[in-house]
Amino acid sequence: MKRIALAFALATALSAQAIEYSQVQADKSTVTFVYQQMGVSVDGHFKKFTSQLSFDPAKPTAGKAVFDVALASVDTGAPEGDEEVAGKQWFNTKAFPSARFVSSSVKSLGGNRYEVAGQLSIKGKTQDVVVPATFSAQGNTGVFEGSFTIRRADFSIGEGSWAKFDIVANDVRIKFRITAISK
Amino acid sequence: MKRYTSTAIALHWLMAILIFGMLALGFYMQDLPLSPEKLQLYSWHKWAGVSVFLLVLVRLAWRLTHRPPDLPASMPKLLQFAAHAGHLALYALMLVIPLSGWLMSSAKGFQTVWFGVLPIPDLLDKNKELGDLLQTVHMSLNLLFAVVIAGHIGAALKHHFIDKDDILTRILPRHSKEN
Repeated sequence: MKRIALAFALATALSAQAIEYSQVQADKSTVTFVYQQMGVSVDGHFKKFTSQLSFDPAKPTAGKAVFDVALASVDTGAPEGDEEVAGKQWFNTKAFPSARFVSSSVKSLGGNRYEVAGQLSIKGKTQDVVVPATFSAQGNTGVFEGSFTIRRADFSIGEGSWAKFDIVANDVRIKFRITAISK
Repeated sequence: MKRYTSTAIALHWLMAILIFGMLALGFYMQDLPLSPEKLQLYSWHKWAGVSVFLLVLVRLAWRLTHRPPDLPASMPKLLQFAAHAGHLALYALMLVIPLSGWLMSSAKGFQTVWFGVLPIPDLLDKNKELGDLLQTVHMSLNLLFAVVIAGHIGAALKHHFIDKDDILTRILPRHSKEN
């Protein structure tokens, strides 16, 4: 009996060491964005995105993440805004339905801070991005949080009459909060 | 003839011009397709709305400390009452309409930043249903405002051309010849 208990404790300890967070909880995860409109901070979010990730805090460099954000699920706060940004001059969701992030490396910055490098593809254009993120875990639930800034012009988001930055700024801050549980 | 004070006259006509501009801009811009120009017009409308609200406060303070000339004694009591009620409605709408626009902006998640510099705090959190409701409120109050203004102008013209009293001329800017 003692031996079984010991084996069980050991197994638990081992699994705790190699706990891998990989099941993303869509209902507890958000992808939002913030931009400046004539000096006024305006935010919105995406209602639909899928992700595959695996992250073990004991082996952060082995971590991997792939995100696909359904651009047509954008919520700008106004129906006419949603319609507009789905259109050709913005996301052109008919031709490019999703934005994709694929991680290439994960670096530990000490504590619960990490740096995820990867490639972000929107509207047929791909850019290297570095995303700082924090990770905190409670039991088998882990939360990744972070934000990074992209320039919409790098992805031709907002062309034609929107191409100037006097009304809608070039910088767009992407914020995310991803909840994942371990298997 | 007892006239309004020059300050009251100046405030009246300055606000008349601003309010006509705001009503026209408001009804015009809402039907525009979304474009940078539309967003710009909305910002300008909101900046002007804050400005008009501040002017209304100045005007109210002046009105409360300076008694306006009396209505002609020949006016029937009922019409005198109607005139006071009409003016009260105009003041109330001048106060409430900018407030409804500000609250609507807050609920819709678009903060008002006066002239792009001074952020006006959001009293309401972002809430789609409330935003749509306040949009209807803002719109309805403006339709009502347009009706009351039409009555105001109609009454002024009736006083001038039918009753031939000094109700209209005492609010007109003083003619240089009369000085």
